[in-house]
Amino acid sequence: MTKLTDLTMAEARDGLAKGAFTAVELVSEHIKATEAKRALNAFIVETPDLALAEAKASDARRQAGKAGAMDGLPIGIKDLFCTEGVQTTAASHILEGFKPPYESTVSGRLKAAGAVSLGKLNLDEFAMGSSNQTSYFGAVENPWKKKSDPKAKLVPGGSSGGSAAAVAARMVLGATGTDTGGSIRQPAAFCGITGIKPTYGRCSRFGIVAFASSLDQAGPMARTVRDCAIMLGAMAGYDPKDSTSVNMAVPDFEKALTGDIRGLKVGIPKEYRPDGLSDEVAKVWDQGIEWLKAAGATPVEISLPHTKYALPTYYIIAPAECSSNLARYDGLRYGQRVPGKTLDDMYKKTRAAGFGAEVRRRILIGTYVLSAGYYDAYYAKAQKVRRLIAEDFRKAFETVDVILTPTAPSAAFGMGEGSDDPVTMWLNDVFTIPTSMAGLPGLSLPAGLSQDGLPLGLQLIGRPFDEETVFRVAGVMETAANFTAKPEGC
Amino acid sequence: MAYIIQGDTGDWEIVIGLEVHAQVISKAKLFSGAATEFGAEPNTQVSFVDAGFPGMLPVINGTCVEQAVRTGLGLKAKINLTSVFARKNYFYADLPQGYQISQYDQPIVGEGELILDLPDGGTRTVGIERLHLEQDAGKSIHDMHPSKSFIDLNRSGVALMEIVSKPDLRSPEEAGLYLTKLRSILRYLGTCDGNMQEGSMRCDANVSVRPVGSTELRTRCEIKNVNSIRFVQQAIEYEARRHIDVYESGGEIRQETRLFDSAKGETRSMRSKEHAHDYRYFPDPDLLPLVIEQSFVDGIKAGLPELPDEKKARFMAEYGLNSYDAGVLVAEKASAEFFETVAKGRDSKMACNWVMGDFFASLNATGKTIEDPPVTAANLGALIDLIKDGTLSGRLAKDVFALMVETGKPPAVIVEEKGLRQVTDTGAIEAAVDAVISANADKVAQVKDGKTALLGWFTGQVMKATQGKANPAMVNEMLSKKILG
Repeated sequence: MTKLTDLTMAEARDGLAKGAFTAVELVSEHIKATEAKRALNAFIVETPDLALAEAKASDARRQAGKAGAMDGLPIGIKDLFCTEGVQTTAASHILEGFKPPYESTVSGRLKAAGAVSLGKLNLDEFAMGSSNQTSYFGAVENPWKKKSDPKAKLVPGGSSGGSAAAVAARMVLGATGTDTGGSIRQPAAFCGITGIKPTYGRCSRFGIVAFASSLDQAGPMARTVRDCAIMLGAMAGYDPKDSTSVNMAVPDFEKALTGDIRGLKVGIPKEYRPDGLSDEVAKVWDQGIEWLKAAGATPVEISLPHTKYALPTYYIIAPAECSSNLARYDGLRYGQRVPGKTLDDMYKKTRAAGFGAEVRRRILIGTYVLSAGYYDAYYAKAQKVRRLIAEDFRKAFETVDVILTPTAPSAAFGMGEGSDDPVTMWLNDVFTIPTSMAGLPGLSLPAGLSQDGLPLGLQLIGRPFDEETVFRVAGVMETAANFTAKPEGC
Repeated sequence: MAYIIQGDTGDWEIVIGLEVHAQVISKAKLFSGAATEFGAEPNTQVSFVDAGFPGMLPVINGTCVEQAVRTGLGLKAKINLTSVFARKNYFYADLPQGYQISQYDQPIVGEGELILDLPDGGTRTVGIERLHLEQDAGKSIHDMHPSKSFIDLNRSGVALMEIVSKPDLRSPEEAGLYLTKLRSILRYLGTCDGNMQEGSMRCDANVSVRPVGSTELRTRCEIKNVNSIRFVQQAIEYEARRHIDVYESGGEIRQETRLFDSAKGETRSMRSKEHAHDYRYFPDPDLLPLVIEQSFVDGIKAGLPELPDEKKARFMAEYGLNSYDAGVLVAEKASAEFFETVAKGRDSKMACNWVMGDFFASLNATGKTIEDPPVTAANLGALIDLIKDGTLSGRLAKDVFALMVETGKPPAVIVEEKGLRQVTDTGAIEAAVDAVISANADKVAQVKDGKTALLGWFTGQVMKATQGKANPAMVNEMLSKKILG
């Protein structure tokens, strides 16, 4: 029999339904895996006791015929989601020890669907980073290894690096992520799993520690397209507590996986093939186009002319919002406080000690671009460019049904590489950011391995609230890619 | 109503603009469901949103939007169907989010106007620049511990309407009239209770001065959070004088925020330069632009009560009152209602005189309010009826009124109990008249010689003899008939 930790979410769900194993057995195996893989540092807080109690409750519900859509399935929650009574830190020292007396809507919905959380997953501090090296609780290690240098520790991507690593290393069947500029898709690509950032407004942001409010969106990370569809179904939906959540019925995403994409038009943006794109990534992209063609879809070259402005625009808007969103961490009401002689002194000391370098960098940039005299030159202009980027997509979707691009410019890189240059680090999100700026759904799935044996991801971008088409195309690509590789020892 | 301050170098005039923060009457805060009751125990009316906890998001309270639109309509202002909430970023201990959600360049209400009722009966129109919605901050308490400050977040997130006037006011008195009128309108609309002592209406005054005849706008100073109309007037007066002194001694006025010390009657600088704030306004990304339908506005418009200006016009037309009297009566909804109850079906001028005269005096004397009056409108009306039907003379009515205030009894009961009925019996009056005439033959002769003014003296004597109960008209008639033939 297959190891319980090797099952997909759908398989585990069906196994539980058939009574092949219990939730307690399934959860216990995954708890063992989290313990065995602790060196990856994927979790900030493990909650095995809570998880076992919930697994027991799940088995009881199933016996009573009241099992939910994800009942008994072990998952992890990115530590950006507030979880009632369980420490929530956003991987920042400033929130160390904070136990929210409330639950985020998304994690609450997963609980309500019966999912069992094994704990809180590591991330880049306040979700700011592309390599999970900015966490106050230490970097997360990618479970994948380079063939050429198996000892080198690789980054899992960021900011949902803990989520991606935990799913890839079979510690959980799925995990929540959040994506602001690529924080679900890029780590999914680096860790060889699937993740989708749904349309902005599809999932509630209530209870998620805010980074950049107009971009942040929660999404599922799992090992298959179907698993993401199952999980997104449980996470999504209107929430009156989030004014930007959209009051729209949640479709049955799993039903969208028909395997039939004949007649669909797939946009291939020419601007996504910049000089210096790695050959390997370009090859996997071409391969993806071939797969879709073979399945009856038609590739269409499209132009997204404002792509080149996406990254600089993002690095104005996201820090601007973050500088404001993070103002509440002042040491007064919760989290860490460093005493000072005056109120201002206390603020300065608390925030200097509580925030890491990347967070401070972005707060400073954000404060600068919003300040009097620079607002029009930076923030207001960035908002205009943002509209142009969204307009590019809107036009493209007049002719195509979905867009295919690489997810990241390269495979996972080594810890420490490039981290001395923040701007190089920011380039990791070059393919994911435009989608975020336009609020569109974007899914990354593993499409192949690099020569060095590392996963490479492809991204599918859809129309607003058309996750169904994205899933449908992703399902076909997944079958074609037949990505069966696993990190060593998993 | 030119208000001129004479300086050493010439005459100066004041330019004043007022920003009023009016707390919206609503059961819940602007962006959370927490309660808004005044005077609750500290930190008992605070949601996680109000306390700026991680992951908390604002959701706009529809009632507060309705109240803002209502107020806008009451100020004859333009209602903006699309408005935008912005964040005003600054750090302070009682500002939990590190920003205040306010409206900046796209407020919900645009330009409007407010009519001042001047003491001479005239009016003057003052422009309203805008009205926007924003959330209040919490309260810092610095006097409960030698080294610590305490924070009460009950007020954090409470909805405020900031109502900004144009710099159209020219004297402390006008500023007072503006505040009085604005408060009156807010109370009529039921959108703010206007209670300055409890802080539900607070005023910031922007003051500058300029030589008379000049049209420039010189540097203004903002006097923050003044909590009574009288103090606003004092603060403006002081500040204007200060500006003039600075200019006349060759100095410059620096734009700054100042506080009014009501004990010393002076203003002082509140923020030093290094704390000059750059609020870094930007649209709040947690809130979509606020879009309302014209039908929503129309619905509110249809439900507006009659407001002071309209009521005043109606009082003048319907009851024949003069502008001043009508203005006084409509200043508070309750006094207007009181008057109308008294005046209904009666001589309206008489009703007005009684309400504004003896009745208002009795309010002052007893310290009671119009909501709990010393004499009810029904009883005052009944008193007027007794005058009209001849039961009471005007003079007797005053005595009866005093007894009504004292006992709370209806006038008819007092008249019966005290036997204060006016005497209209011709025989009794004639006897009294005859007695006075016969006792004052010399004065009778003088009247006959043409000194008819003395007739009044005779009337007085007769009234005195009848303890004021004789019908004065009858007395007059009889006297003149008997003496002059």
